[in-house]
Amino acid sequence: MKRFSGDISLVLGGAAGQGVQTVEALLVAVLKREGYNVFACKEYMSRIRGGSNSTSIRITDKKQSAFVKRIDFLFAMDRDVIPHLQERITENTILFGEREKVCKVSGECHIVNVPFAQFVRELGNPIYTSTVTVGVALGLLGADEEIFETYLREHFARKGEAVVQKNIEAARKGYAFGKHLAYHEGIEVHLVKDKAVADEILLDGTEALGLGALAAGCNYISSYPMSPGTGLLTFLAQQGKNFDVVVDQAEDEIAAINQGLGAWYAGARAIVTTSGGGFDLMTEGISLSGMIETPIVVHIGQRPGPATGLPTRTEQGDLNLVLHSGHGEFPRAIFAPGTPAEAFFVTQQAFYIADKYQMPVFILTDQHFLDSVTNLPKNILQNVKFKNHIVKTMADYKRYTLTKDGISPRGVPDYGEGLVGVDSDEHDEEAHITENAGTRVAMHEKRLRKIFGACDEALKPSEIGDVKKSKTLIICWGSNFGVVQEALRILAGDDVAGLHFAQVYPLPKNAKKLFAKKKIIVLENNSSGQFANLLKLEYGVKITKNILKYDGAPFSVEEVVQKLKQILLDEAL
Amino acid sequence: MLDKKIYDMPKSTDLAWCPGCGNFPILNIVKVALAELDIPPQNVVICSGIGQAAKAPHYLRVNYFNGLHGRALPPAIAIKVANPRLTVIAESGDGDTYGEGGNHFLHTIRRNPDIVNIVHNNMIYGLTKGQASPTSEKGLKNPIQTEGVIVEPFNPLAVALALGATFVARVFSGDVTQAKEIVKAAIRHKGYALVDILQPCVVFNKQNTYQWFKEKTYYVDENYDQTDKSQALDIAFDLERLALGIIYQSEGRPTYETLTRAGDAPLYKMKPDRKALQNLIEKYK
Ligand SMILES: Cc1ncc(C[n+]2csc(CCOP(=O)(O)OP(=O)(O)O)c2C)c(N)n1
Ligand SMILES: [Mg+2]
Repeated sequence: MKRFSGDISLVLGGAAGQGVQTVEALLVAVLKREGYNVFACKEYMSRIRGGSNSTSIRITDKKQSAFVKRIDFLFAMDRDVIPHLQERITENTILFGEREKVCKVSGECHIVNVPFAQFVRELGNPIYTSTVTVGVALGLLGADEEIFETYLREHFARKGEAVVQKNIEAARKGYAFGKHLAYHEGIEVHLVKDKAVADEILLDGTEALGLGALAAGCNYISSYPMSPGTGLLTFLAQQGKNFDVVVDQAEDEIAAINQGLGAWYAGARAIVTTSGGGFDLMTEGISLSGMIETPIVVHIGQRPGPATGLPTRTEQGDLNLVLHSGHGEFPRAIFAPGTPAEAFFVTQQAFYIADKYQMPVFILTDQHFLDSVTNLPKNILQNVKFKNHIVKTMADYKRYTLTKDGISPRGVPDYGEGLVGVDSDEHDEEAHITENAGTRVAMHEKRLRKIFGACDEALKPSEIGDVKKSKTLIICWGSNFGVVQEALRILAGDDVAGLHFAQVYPLPKNAKKLFAKKKIIVLENNSSGQFANLLKLEYGVKITKNILKYDGAPFSVEEVVQKLKQILLDEAL
Repeated sequence: MLDKKIYDMPKSTDLAWCPGCGNFPILNIVKVALAELDIPPQNVVICSGIGQAAKAPHYLRVNYFNGLHGRALPPAIAIKVANPRLTVIAESGDGDTYGEGGNHFLHTIRRNPDIVNIVHNNMIYGLTKGQASPTSEKGLKNPIQTEGVIVEPFNPLAVALALGATFVARVFSGDVTQAKEIVKAAIRHKGYALVDILQPCVVFNKQNTYQWFKEKTYYVDENYDQTDKSQALDIAFDLERLALGIIYQSEGRPTYETLTRAGDAPLYKMKPDRKALQNLIEKYK
C-alpha cells in the first residue's frame, strides 16, 4: 500500500504542443471546484513544438504557494519527460505513461502503464487526450466524478452538445481507469476537501496584475511582446475590452514607453509591460519620466540575462537595472509582489504612487511568479481607493510650480484654461528651456524631494513568524514569499523568522528597526545578492549570509529548508 | 478667424535660432495656419523631439510635449488617442524624424492617427553642429564625412507613400503664403499628414541654400491630380526637380483613434469600473 496524504505533488510532462498546459488548467480548475487547495507552476522551453516541458501541481490540505522538488505522481506524455526530470524522480515517485513509449528511458523506475493511444483510438480523436488524462488523475486522487462532469458541461457548452458528450465520455474512460489503477497499484490518497475553497477564485500572477491594473483605472497599454511580460498585454487586450482599455502593440519598446508617457500627459492611466531586454530599450523613457514628471507604470517580468539569456526561465536579476535605469538623478518606486493578492494590490498602489508623485513606478515580477496559479478567497483582493490627481488649470497655470513637497499640480491639455507644457530639457516653472544654474538647482531639488513623501508611504514588509522573538531573519522579496513561508513553517523554531518585501524601493524607514541585533540571511534568485546590497546601502545592516540561485529555476521548498538548516548549523546562529 | 497674436510668446522670449534661419518662417506658418483655422491654443498640442527645429513649441503659446530626440511621434499618437478632440502636431527636424525616430515614422504612418507631422528638413544636423542628416545629399562635405556623404539620402515622400500615408506634402519655408495653406489642409485632413518643409540652414549647410532651393523647386500645377499615387511616386523619386505642394491625398481611411477606441471622450475623465471588475473576478471561480 502506498499512502499519500495532505500534500500531493503531481507533475505533468510532455513536449510543447502536447497539451500539458490544457491538462493543467483543466485539472487545477476541477480540483479547486471540488474544494482542494492547489498551486501550480510551470517550466518550459523557448520553442513552439517539441522539447520537454512540465507543470508541477500541488494539491494540499493547507494552502501552500511554493514549488516542491518532490514528485509523487508523474504523468509522462512522451519519452523525454523522464530524462528531463531525472533529478526530481526518486524511488517514491510513481510514473504513469504509455509503457512502450517511455520504458526505454525509464531506467530503474516502475512505470504504470496508461494506454493513452488506445483511449484516443476508441474516442476517435487525439483532441480528447487532455480530458482523458485529467480523468485518470482525478480517478487516482479519488476526486468526485460528478463535479468533473458538471465542470466539463459548462466548460464546453459553447462548443455544442456533441463536444460536451465526447468529453464526458473521455472523462469517464479516464476516471474509471484512474480508479482502477489506484486499486490495482495499491495507491491510497487522503486529502481534505474544504467547501470554502470551492468558492474561491483561481489566479495566476499575470491575471492578478491585469485585474489590479483594471482596478487602478488603467486605460492605456502600449507594449512590444517579450516573455514573460507579454501576458499582461494579452490580458488587457482580451479582458480590457469591457473597460475601454486602449491597446497598442508598439513597433519597439522605445515607442511603447514614449507612448505611455504621452498617454499620461493627456490624462490617461498607462502601463507598459516588458522583460529586462525590452526594458533596456525603455530606459531613455524612464529618465524622461523623471525629468518631465509625467507618471508611468512599468511592469518587468524578469527572466535570466544577460542578453536573450534563458527566455522562458526565471530570475530576479534585474533589480539593479530597474533601480538605476535612466541617466541622471530622479526619484522612483519599485514594487515586487509575492502573491496574486499582493499583485492585485501593488499594481493599484503603483498607479497611485506614480500619479501622486509624478514619477516612474515599477512592478518587478518574474516568470515563476507570472506563471504560477493558486486559489484564493476573492475578498482578500484589496482595493486602493481610486483618486485621480489631475487638476483643472487656470489661465496662469505653470506646470512646474515650485512646492514644498516637490509635487507641482499636474494639469492636462483641454481641461481648464491653462496651457500645459512638458520639457525634457532642464526647464523653468513654465516648462521652458533654461540654462540658469539657480533654476536648475531649484528644479532638481524639487524633483528629488518627492522621494520623501513616497518613502513615508512605502509598504511595510510582511512578517513571517515571530520577528520580534527571532535571532535570525530570512529576507526575501517578490516571488520567493511562498517558499520562505513554507520553509520557515517546516523549520518551526522561535529563533528564526522572515520578512518579505513587496516594495523594494524606497524602503520604509520604520522597518529598519526590525533588523536590529539579528543575523540576516537574504534569499534571492540572482548571483550577486542585489537586494542584500540594497539593504546594506539603505539600512546600513550587515548581511550574515546570502542564499542565491541563478540556474533559471525557482527555489524549491526542500532546497531552502536544507540550505537554511546548513547555515543555522554552520554559523551556530 | 483668430488673431494670430494669441499664439505669440512675450517679446522678451529668447529664441535660440540663428539670424536668417528657416525656422522663423516655419513658426509663423504654423501660427497663421492655426489662427486661420480658428483653433484656440488650449486645443493644440505640439509634440517635438530634440534639435533646433524641435525647440519650436517653446516659441508659441500652445500645449506641448517636448520629449526626447527622435520621439515626437509616439507621444503624439498616444495624446491623439487619449483625447481625440485635440489638434495634435508632431514637429521636429529631419534628423529627429527620419533618423533617430525612423522606426516610429514608418509605423506611425501605418497606424494613420489624425495628426500632422511637420518636418523641418534642412538636410543637416543643426543643433549638433553640422553633421550629415538622413536627407543630406550625397557628396555633402561635413565634419565627419570629410570627403562628402557616401550613402544614399532618405526619401521621406516616397517612403510615406509606400507605407500608405493619406496626405503627403512638401513645402518651402521661404514661401509662407503657399506653405500655410498646405499646413492648413494637413490639419484639416483626417489621418496622418506629412508636411516636409524644405528649410535652409544658413550656418551649416552651405550647399542647400535659399538660392539652391529657389532654383530646384517648383509647384505642382492646378491640374495636378492629388489622388494619383503612381504619379505622386514619380514626383517623390525625382531628386533633380523638387515638387512643392500636396503631392498626394486620399480620404476615407479610418484613423487610429477610431480603430482603438469605442468613443472619443477624453481618457482623463474615465474612472475604473469596479462593478464590471467584480463581475470579471467572479469568472475566475
Ligand atoms: C539620444 C540622443 N542622441 C543624440 C542627441 C544629440 N542630438 C541632438 S539634436 C541632434 C540632431 C538634430 O538634427 P535635426 O533633427 O535635423 O534638427 P536640427 O537641429 O537640424 O533642426 C542630435 C544628434 C540627443 N539629444 N539625444
Ligand atoms: Mg535638421
